[in-house]
Amino acid sequence: MIWLDTLLQGLMLGGLYALFAAGLSLVFGIMRLVNLAHGDLIVLGAYLILGLCTALGLHPFLAAVLALPLMFGLGWLLQTALLNRVLGEDILPPLLVTFGLSVVIQNALLMGFSADSRKLPVGPIEAQSLPLGPVTVGVMPLLTFGSAILVIWGLNQLFYRTALGRAFRATSDDPVTAQLMGIRPRSIFAIATGIALVVATIAALYLGARANFDPAAGPARLLYAFEAVIIGGLGSLWGTLAGGLVIGVAQAFGAALNPEWQILAGHLAFVAVLLLRPRGLFPRAYD
Amino acid sequence: MTRKTLLPLILLIAVPLLAALPVIGSRALVQDLFMVLCLLVLALNWNLLAGFAGLVSVGQQAFVGIGAYALYACVILWGMDPLAGLLIAGLVAMALSAPVAFFAFRLHGAYFAIGTWVVAEIARLCLGQWKALGGGTGTSLPKGAAQEMWGAETVRALIGGSKAAAVDALTYWLALALVVVMLVASWAFLRSRMGLGLQAVRDNPVAARAVGVDPTRLKALVFLLTAFGTGICGGLLFIQIGRISPDAAFSLLDWTAFVIFIVVIGGIGTLPGPVIGVLVFYGLERLLADFGTVYLIVLGLIGIAIMLFARRGLWGSFLLHTGIDPLPLSHAAPRAGSANRSF
Repeated sequence: MIWLDTLLQGLMLGGLYALFAAGLSLVFGIMRLVNLAHGDLIVLGAYLILGLCTALGLHPFLAAVLALPLMFGLGWLLQTALLNRVLGEDILPPLLVTFGLSVVIQNALLMGFSADSRKLPVGPIEAQSLPLGPVTVGVMPLLTFGSAILVIWGLNQLFYRTALGRAFRATSDDPVTAQLMGIRPRSIFAIATGIALVVATIAALYLGARANFDPAAGPARLLYAFEAVIIGGLGSLWGTLAGGLVIGVAQAFGAALNPEWQILAGHLAFVAVLLLRPRGLFPRAYD
Repeated sequence: MTRKTLLPLILLIAVPLLAALPVIGSRALVQDLFMVLCLLVLALNWNLLAGFAGLVSVGQQAFVGIGAYALYACVILWGMDPLAGLLIAGLVAMALSAPVAFFAFRLHGAYFAIGTWVVAEIARLCLGQWKALGGGTGTSLPKGAAQEMWGAETVRALIGGSKAAAVDALTYWLALALVVVMLVASWAFLRSRMGLGLQAVRDNPVAARAVGVDPTRLKALVFLLTAFGTGICGGLLFIQIGRISPDAAFSLLDWTAFVIFIVVIGGIGTLPGPVIGVLVFYGLERLLADFGTVYLIVLGLIGIAIMLFARRGLWGSFLLHTGIDPLPLSHAAPRAGSANRSF
């Protein structure tokens, strides 16, 4: 029974990691851009929600709704003003620019909010739980997991059912031909990064509601997110969800054996999957 | 002729000046410059990886930490001399870089960057489990160990002062020696057959393969050799620091982020780039030392600006605007008729 409980906790945790990873997966699938600042942008989103909560006296869920368009704007601006300029054959410039951005965001947050760890005040819902057959599960983890499924499903619908999604796929597969069809890759990229940051804001809400965060929390989230994307396979959103679940379950079982092994177990699962399946579990696109 | 004499000439002037520092300068300055020299060693190694071999690693702190832990194990657990431990540190880092390469080389480009970072995290978490070396909280080098290492007595007799000052001077000279060896070795390597192959792969992988260059073999070789240099540097750093913990030994900020900024600012993919970069880095640090986080923000912004407006960094821009290359890595065109002789 304890193992069933551990498995469930792991799946719930994996849902959170899938949320961290979904935005990254989208951007990576469309423009092969590796955003090393993604984790820090999630943490920035958490601080934005916290700021809106305290300034306007709103509940974090409402504050997050307000934060969504702001973060979309930030993503659009980031891509237009900065990242579009460094995309190209050479992978070094985008890597180094986002790496620099990560350091800038972390230290700007450190200056603005100090190194104290914070938490989003979600109220009594935080402690509530539901009996689910032989095990009980917290309402917040369940909500996180549900949101992860919903976000991945929504992104898939967007990707495969809309004109924008068609433009995304076309640009991903062949930017030159897409341009001939009247698509501007750069504005497509800007929208994609905007959407990625919208997803990051949803991730930020659950990050801040479930656990403490501080300005230095970004890089670790980035690693989990990346592991999920790579395990899932390039360009596959459901794969990213599966990747998140693999990391989450591995961490939960690691922690059950020895609390010090939680993070290590996740990393080892990543290495093991890559040794067996170098291109991930469900690759859609080729590099 | 100037091409061949310039590098020795610069080294002949700069090295004795720097070497005299522990005799004439203050101890604080010696400690400062020790750190600068070590960062330069790390930067030269990272530049070989990222700038020449195209291997953008965000996990070189793995080899700093592994080298440092190997050294502490040698000294604390097996009672070896720290100087002998330094060599072991390099060898252990190189030996462990082989399985790391086996894993990380399955990943390309940005995947590779994340893969190496994960490896560094795994190494940090594993060594945090090593209870004999203090586990997660770390441990100190026994007080006498550094002060009684080979050469420390001689140095003390030479420059006078306290035992601790002699250790500072000795580690400083070792760092300086490491920089000189790294510079000369990189220059020789990059002008060798293998180095030319490496640059050919960087500039045009398809053409390079067509003339018989094996990119994977060359890249693996660079990965192993830079792990050796980085491991030795890690050991040396933590002899001087005197205390180790997983977080300090595997610090992404100290041993990789700073190093990346140094190389990017100076000029990635150029040999003098890291030297220029480390000078700028040290200047900025002195200028903004009192502001803490602002310093890091400025560093990040400069890195971004360089990538936007001058991808080859300060040295690359200098080459571009003046057309003068005092330290060319290319070979002079063969004189007429020599082509026939070489066959």
